[in-house]
Amino acid sequence: MKPRPFDYLRPDTVEEALALLAEYGDDARVLAGGQSLVPMLNLRIVEADALIDISRIAALDVIREVRDKELGQSIEIGAAVTQNKLLAWPQLSEKLPLVAAALPHVGHFQTRNKGTVCGSIAHADPSSELPLALALVGGEIVLKSQRGERLLAAKDFQKDMLTTARAGDELITAVRFPAANGNGIGRGVGFREVARRHGDFAIVAVAAVAENKNAVRLGVGGLAGTPMVRRIAVNGAEEALREWAGELEGYEDLHASAAMRRDLFRNLAPLAIEEAKGGKV
Amino acid sequence: MRGVKRNERVRVALTLNGRKLAADAEPRTLLCDFLRHGLGATGTHVGCEHGVCGACTVLIDGVATRSCLTLAVQAEGRAVETVESLAGPDGRLNRLQQAFRDNHALQCGFCTPGILMSFTDYLKRNPRASEAEIRDVLSGHLCRCTGYAGIVAALKDVTKSSP
Repeated sequence: MKPRPFDYLRPDTVEEALALLAEYGDDARVLAGGQSLVPMLNLRIVEADALIDISRIAALDVIREVRDKELGQSIEIGAAVTQNKLLAWPQLSEKLPLVAAALPHVGHFQTRNKGTVCGSIAHADPSSELPLALALVGGEIVLKSQRGERLLAAKDFQKDMLTTARAGDELITAVRFPAANGNGIGRGVGFREVARRHGDFAIVAVAAVAENKNAVRLGVGGLAGTPMVRRIAVNGAEEALREWAGELEGYEDLHASAAMRRDLFRNLAPLAIEEAKGGKV
Repeated sequence: MRGVKRNERVRVALTLNGRKLAADAEPRTLLCDFLRHGLGATGTHVGCEHGVCGACTVLIDGVATRSCLTLAVQAEGRAVETVESLAGPDGRLNRLQQAFRDNHALQCGFCTPGILMSFTDYLKRNPRASEAEIRDVLSGHLCRCTGYAGIVAALKDVTKSSP
C-alpha cells in the first residue's frame, strides 16, 4: 500500500508556495501535517501530481492575537501550527475554551503531534471536531493566492463533505477563532461526541456555547455534509432538538445508520447544553 | 526550495539514533520503508500504513510521529529516533523497556516498538502521568495480544518511580 508517484516541492516561503499553487492549481495538494492526506495517498483514494509541503515555512507556524474586522479580538492560528502545539498554548482555555474542550478529541496524541489545525479544517470531514468548533463560533479562514487575500466565514468555506470553497491556486494560511467574550460568545462551553474508539473519527459530535442564561448556540457534526449550527432556547430545548434532528435527517455509512445518528444527537445535545450552562456566561 | 521529481531518486540524509546516515528515496517513499529498507533499521514495524495502528511510531526531533504518514524526504535533516536507540550499547534495557519485560507487556512484540517510542516522548512531557492519561495516549496504538493490562501496568511502574 504505497502512494502513486508525485513531485515533492518544499517551498521556504509563503510567496514560493503561492507561485507553485498558481502553476499547479488543482493538480497539487498542500501537505502540512499529512495526517489526513497521507493516509488517503497511501490508500490511493487521492492522487496528486505534486505535493507542496508547507510544514517548514516558519511564518505559518504562529499563534497570535489579531483584531479582525468582523470578529473583533481573535486568535489566528497559522497553517503549520500542529494540534498539539495549540493544545499546549498556555492561553488556550482562557481565549478559546471551546477549542480547548474539542482538541483532545482530535485523533490521538501521536497524530496531533503532526496534524495541523488548518489541515483539519481544510480536510472538511463532516464529523470532524475543529470544523465544528470553527463553525459554531463563527470563525474565518484566511486564503491567499497570487491574486490576493480573502477571508471566508466558516459557513461559506465548508460547502459539503470534504468539499470547500478554496480555489485551486489558494493557500489556507491561517484560521481565526473569535476570542471568548468577544462577539457575544460566552465562556460556558460543552463538547460531547461518540466514536467507536477514543480518538477515532466521531460518528456524531456536538458542541455548545452559552450565549446568555436562556440560550445556547449549538453545533452538530456528523448529521449533514457540513457542521450545522442553531440557537437553542434552554426552555423547551428537548422539543427543539427533536425537531432539528428530524430536519437534518442524517446519513448512513458503515459506522452508523441515519436513525442512530439522530438518536446520538438527541442524547448528546442536552449533555453539551448542560455543560455549557455550567460555565460562566 | 527543495524539489524532487516523481521518479527521481535523491539522497536523503538524516540523523538516525545519533548517527548521520543517508540513503536514496523517491518522493513517495514513506519514512517507515526508508528506515527499514534504505537504512536497514528494522526495529520500526509497519502495520496498517494509514496511521491507525501506531506500530511505526518513531521520534522526529523528539516528537512521536507516525513514520507511515511521513515521507522520507520530509525527514531530511531531522533527528530520527527509533526503538534501536533505547537499550544501552551493552544491550541493557532502559527503564521503560525493563518495565515492559517485568510486566509481560508484550507477547508477539509487533506493536511494542511504536508504543515504546510514543511513551518515550510522552513521559518526557508528563513523567508522572495518571492511568487515565496513560490510557489516552495508549489509545493511539493497537495491540492484539495483551489486552493492554500488562502495558498499562508497565507504564504505571515507570510513572510511579518517576521523581
